[in-house]
Amino acid sequence: MAAMTPLLEVKGVTLTFKGIAALTDVAFSVEKGRIVSLIGPNGAGKTSILNCISGRYTPDCGEIYLDGRNLLALPAHKRTGLGLSRTFQNIALFKGLSVLDNLMVGRHHLIHYGLLSSILYFGRAAADESVHRGRVEEVIDFLNLSPYRHLAAGSLPYGVQKRVELGRALAAEPKLILLDEPMAGMNLEETEDMARYILDICEEWGATVLLIEHDMGVVMDISDKVVVLDFGSVLAQGRPEEISSNTDVVAAYLGTEDATFFGR
Amino acid sequence: MRGHCGLFFESYRAEAAVFPSTFQRVCLGLFVAALLACPFMLSSYYVSVMNLIFIAVIGAVSLNLLTGVCGQISLGHGAFIGVGAYAAAQASLHGAPFLAALVLGGFAAALAGMVFGVPSLRLKGIYLAIATLAAQLILEYVFLHWESVTGGSRGLVVNAPQILGYSFDTERKTFYLLLAVTSLCLLCVTNVLRSRHGRAFVSIRDFYLSAEIAGVNLFSSKLAAFGLSSFLAGVAGGLWAHYTMFISAEQFGIGLSVSYLAMIIIGGLGSVSGSVMGAAFMTLLPEFLNAGSSALSGVLPDISGSIVALREGVFGLVLVLFLVFEPEGLANRWRLIKAYWKLYPFSH
Repeated sequence: MAAMTPLLEVKGVTLTFKGIAALTDVAFSVEKGRIVSLIGPNGAGKTSILNCISGRYTPDCGEIYLDGRNLLALPAHKRTGLGLSRTFQNIALFKGLSVLDNLMVGRHHLIHYGLLSSILYFGRAAADESVHRGRVEEVIDFLNLSPYRHLAAGSLPYGVQKRVELGRALAAEPKLILLDEPMAGMNLEETEDMARYILDICEEWGATVLLIEHDMGVVMDISDKVVVLDFGSVLAQGRPEEISSNTDVVAAYLGTEDATFFGR
Repeated sequence: MRGHCGLFFESYRAEAAVFPSTFQRVCLGLFVAALLACPFMLSSYYVSVMNLIFIAVIGAVSLNLLTGVCGQISLGHGAFIGVGAYAAAQASLHGAPFLAALVLGGFAAALAGMVFGVPSLRLKGIYLAIATLAAQLILEYVFLHWESVTGGSRGLVVNAPQILGYSFDTERKTFYLLLAVTSLCLLCVTNVLRSRHGRAFVSIRDFYLSAEIAGVNLFSSKLAAFGLSSFLAGVAGGLWAHYTMFISAEQFGIGLSVSYLAMIIIGGLGSVSGSVMGAAFMTLLPEFLNAGSSALSGVLPDISGSIVALREGVFGLVLVLFLVFEPEGLANRWRLIKAYWKLYPFSH
């Protein structure tokens, strides 16, 4: 494919917690329309880099650009407006809200009527709610969540909650969607469904995906590019087949010569 | 469409209605009709109890918006009600019409609530409770010592509410005024809960990290919750001042704040109908205990003195038992009852 300007650019990001380096000079880019996976052993800094992008952490130095805009200059809640959304490693749903309302919160930054409209629920508020409800229903259809639409998110089974969280991120109409271990704790069937959803998000919904995942089979199958982190710095990055044959990665990540681990 | 079974909607707007089914609307109509008939059927004393319930409902639903919905615990609600009461009283003493004074009281309380809500950005849970307790104590001190405005410990005499020359000077007339204002407040809160702001409030309560990721500005949303909640508290205070026609600093003590917290916990956190039930329960419980103890003292005149003392203990006991056996509140019990009858008689 022709060279594309990267959607997300991470340059020289360094993050320390009280002198302990979590990330050191991390640099990688995510091209538009691709699925990029972030892998590495536990504690390598994968979630930290996601937190830096989404605004939970502020890196000590470095730059992060989304579509040419400097993310670090914005507080977390304003980054959503640039087309960024994410899911969390441990489910972070609004347990007391219905699935529908969880997804509607995902669209919060797209709904603009004021507090007075809210109080009166007349005119603009009622009209906007209908429109956005329609968009949320598309996500519900896509993720097969319709049976759960009106149920409280906290009452749903684990696999469904994971899907609702994906739905909430997708409802925000993101350009870049950050997924933190979307397959964690899922059985084979659920994992395959989730992989299908991720591929469709990229191909049909036009979102770019940055993914953290431990399931190597999935990573190697669906990724266009893999970034390997180890001890807070980038060990290697490239196409999946390059990564799985990279001796550094195999040595550092697996610690043995057991390269067959990368096959399914 | 004829012969269908269940509820069907043809637009999202229809589904978002407050009372989507005809059955609900009929029930609501009957309930309102019964309420409207109340002043004609009850004695003046019971009408006054109903009036106090209405005021308590506004106070409870406003605290529920802040604590139940947005998750920001407040121990200063009684003081915010007091700010509204004094502001509305002063406004009407200076010649403002009643409704304007009520709104002014609301804004004064909203301002106080937002100022004392600022620490909520940093403080959560029990720490915020202590910070709002400080608000309560500071405001209580102001009520007692800013004598030129509040009358200090002597209190403040307020006129009966008057709209366009019509004076609400009896319990029965005030009943309809309070019913109207309370219904309006309940409708407003219900509207907020089904809109983007209400969802933002709940998202802050349930998982503020992902609320932020979804684009919710935590600080401004919390401040909005404090402001809106305190505004309604101020309206409750203004109504209370004009209804009792006398206010003094000790009315708005920590006890009031705690009893409002008790109302929303008993009624059900985060639920509008729960606030109504909790407020009614907490206002009626002393009445029932009074009736019970006077009935008992008729049978056992010798111990009537100790029964009065016992009453306070029973009040506490009932609250504790309630929390043990109905921790989710009356609203949840009501939901369970409705769910049971939904499938009756085929419950499986």
